[in-house]
Amino acid sequence: MRKEVTLAMGNGGEESSELIEKLFFKYFKNEILSRGEDGAILDIKKEIATSSDSFTVSPIFFNGGDIGKLSICGSCNDVAMMGAKPKYLTCSFIIEEGLSLRDLEKIVRSMKKELEINGAIVVSGDTKVVPKGAVDKIFINTTAIGEVIKKGISISNLKEGLDIIVSRDIGAHGATIFAAREGIELESNLKSDCASLYPQVEALIKNDIDIRVLRDATRGGVAAVLNEWARGSNLSIKVFEEKVPVSSEVRGICELLGFEPLTLANEGTFVLALPKTQSKKALEVLKEFNENASIIGEVDSLYPKRVYLESSWGTKRFLDMPTGELLPRIC
Amino acid sequence: MQKLELKNLYDDFRDGKTILALSKLINKEAKKLNRDINIMEVCGGHTHTIMKYGLPQLLPKNINFIHGPGCPVCIMPKERIDHAYILSLQKDVILVTLGDMIKVPGSRGSLQDARRKGADIRFVYSPLETLKIAKENPNKMVIFFAIGFETTTPMSAVLVDRVIKEKINNIYFHINHVTVPEVMRELIDSRDEHIDSYNNQIDAFLGPSHVSVIAGSKIYEEFPTKYKRPVVVAGFEPVDVMEGVLMLIKQFVENRCELEIQYKRVVTREGNLNAQKLINTYFTKRELFRWRGLGNIPNSAWRLKDEYKSIDAEEIFKDILPIEQIEDHKLCICGDILRGIAKPNECTIFGTACKPNSPVGSCMVSSEGACAAYYRYGNLLK
Repeated sequence: MRKEVTLAMGNGGEESSELIEKLFFKYFKNEILSRGEDGAILDIKKEIATSSDSFTVSPIFFNGGDIGKLSICGSCNDVAMMGAKPKYLTCSFIIEEGLSLRDLEKIVRSMKKELEINGAIVVSGDTKVVPKGAVDKIFINTTAIGEVIKKGISISNLKEGLDIIVSRDIGAHGATIFAAREGIELESNLKSDCASLYPQVEALIKNDIDIRVLRDATRGGVAAVLNEWARGSNLSIKVFEEKVPVSSEVRGICELLGFEPLTLANEGTFVLALPKTQSKKALEVLKEFNENASIIGEVDSLYPKRVYLESSWGTKRFLDMPTGELLPRIC
Repeated sequence: MQKLELKNLYDDFRDGKTILALSKLINKEAKKLNRDINIMEVCGGHTHTIMKYGLPQLLPKNINFIHGPGCPVCIMPKERIDHAYILSLQKDVILVTLGDMIKVPGSRGSLQDARRKGADIRFVYSPLETLKIAKENPNKMVIFFAIGFETTTPMSAVLVDRVIKEKINNIYFHINHVTVPEVMRELIDSRDEHIDSYNNQIDAFLGPSHVSVIAGSKIYEEFPTKYKRPVVVAGFEPVDVMEGVLMLIKQFVENRCELEIQYKRVVTREGNLNAQKLINTYFTKRELFRWRGLGNIPNSAWRLKDEYKSIDAEEIFKDILPIEQIEDHKLCICGDILRGIAKPNECTIFGTACKPNSPVGSCMVSSEGACAAYYRYGNLLK
């Protein structure tokens, strides 16, 4: 095969088949995909959850992950946040001609690895190749389908008195992508949090944790999630500022560039609301995965529809929904 | 030896116990005064700290902050924003400026709007990135639109220095650098027909300190002596600001009126002499510069010296850059806010017609602007 993706590889003919056989089937092969039908027929008896997402991140390789890993984590995590186990995915590639096949293989390889972590398979896919400049290197769309293993997780469960937990230190993905962009000549040890969250959700469920509300804090960060919860419930959320876990690398880039860690994107970090009696146990479970998991706040009714921060010296301020352009194509 | 990390530079200056201890001391000292004290923090960086850390919630009722005009984006009059807009739309021009400028609305639109119309506008963190842009685009005219107080002026001067010494022939400058002491003087001196004097408003100044890293604390010496206003040059972390406030209140309690430095870890009396020299090599003071909301203030801004006319975009594009003054929207009270006679939440369009993503006035644009700080953090004020 040539060393680069060519327009011919998206022609639906010989070259397409070669790409599919030698690359995609090599990594994604499974019984359903091998049938080679127009669509996949899935036999699911349980309630299902599904979510679709497109991935356009730039740069396509970053410390802690790449666009392939991200494309699997992203959709699988959305399904996991509904209390479902990711099982099947569809995935479509839009590739700019000239992308090196080595890079493409690297991307597909990380997709496979991430699929294994989730215990999911790709059952249908599509590849288009477009002329130079029509997309930037590669865009990927995935749709995940999962079986619901814990019913009833919903934003409508948010009630006064619930505790809010964050699963690890925040803002790593947003900070990493920012530092990797051109024009910001920064050397750092930043590493994206990009990861599949199903294993953590499964552990919480196995330990009988009474999860009420669950959401991964992607674009807009923890601030966006909490604001959506507050607005949707007509309640307020108090955040203890000093309890919010932030690594010193992320804090550092925020200091230099004037960002707020709470508004930075994450790709493997979630926020959880649950009864206070359950917090300790949930924290124990989550700390097995990341020692920085922390109870960061609680739901009250002091300032309906708002999120507010309380400092260790007793002052308060509102935490708003992030606005304006911070950085395009973060995921 | 313990390795110095970035966080060592700020962690201790945000320590809750220290902040509370200072709050206690301030409250104790302020009780000894039977009057109100209005402290103007001139710099937008201080405004940001005060709002972000909720410091007014820790002060007694008789101690107030007045937010000053120290946000470089906020004080730019609309006609100068229009200059940036017009320049960016010239053929074969790349306009380079600092990120805060992107959303500021002039009379024709913002740079964001110009970009949508096809203008090539680059936002940089350091003016020296302009060198790279110019090198990569030898057939383009690269115009650096310079903004900021004493703090950012030396970096622009360094860029001029490189352009001159290395004979780079495609970088030009539009200089909008302003200086702090002149505007502080103006705020005390000026009279207004609406109220009899600003004189009564400001009792003391929290002096901009990164300005003093460059220009030295000496630039504030006239305020305690000639104007009877004590000045404390304070750092930007909450502990710095609280200690600065305590130092000012003690001056009133002890009947002193002095210039003091709280931010001793970086500020000296003389400042950075090399930077000052470089500025004086290439720049000279303008006779007048119009500040948004404050009007013309003598000697308050820099321009390139006459001998550098050939790289001065204001000269080169003289014919197409308007000089007529353009007033603000009549509901916008940025002028009064910049003078410290109104607070952002007293504006009728604050948070309604004027928000950070659709600013009417300049104070809502920059994160250092008083309105933006109030919008982001300020709703829980006492």
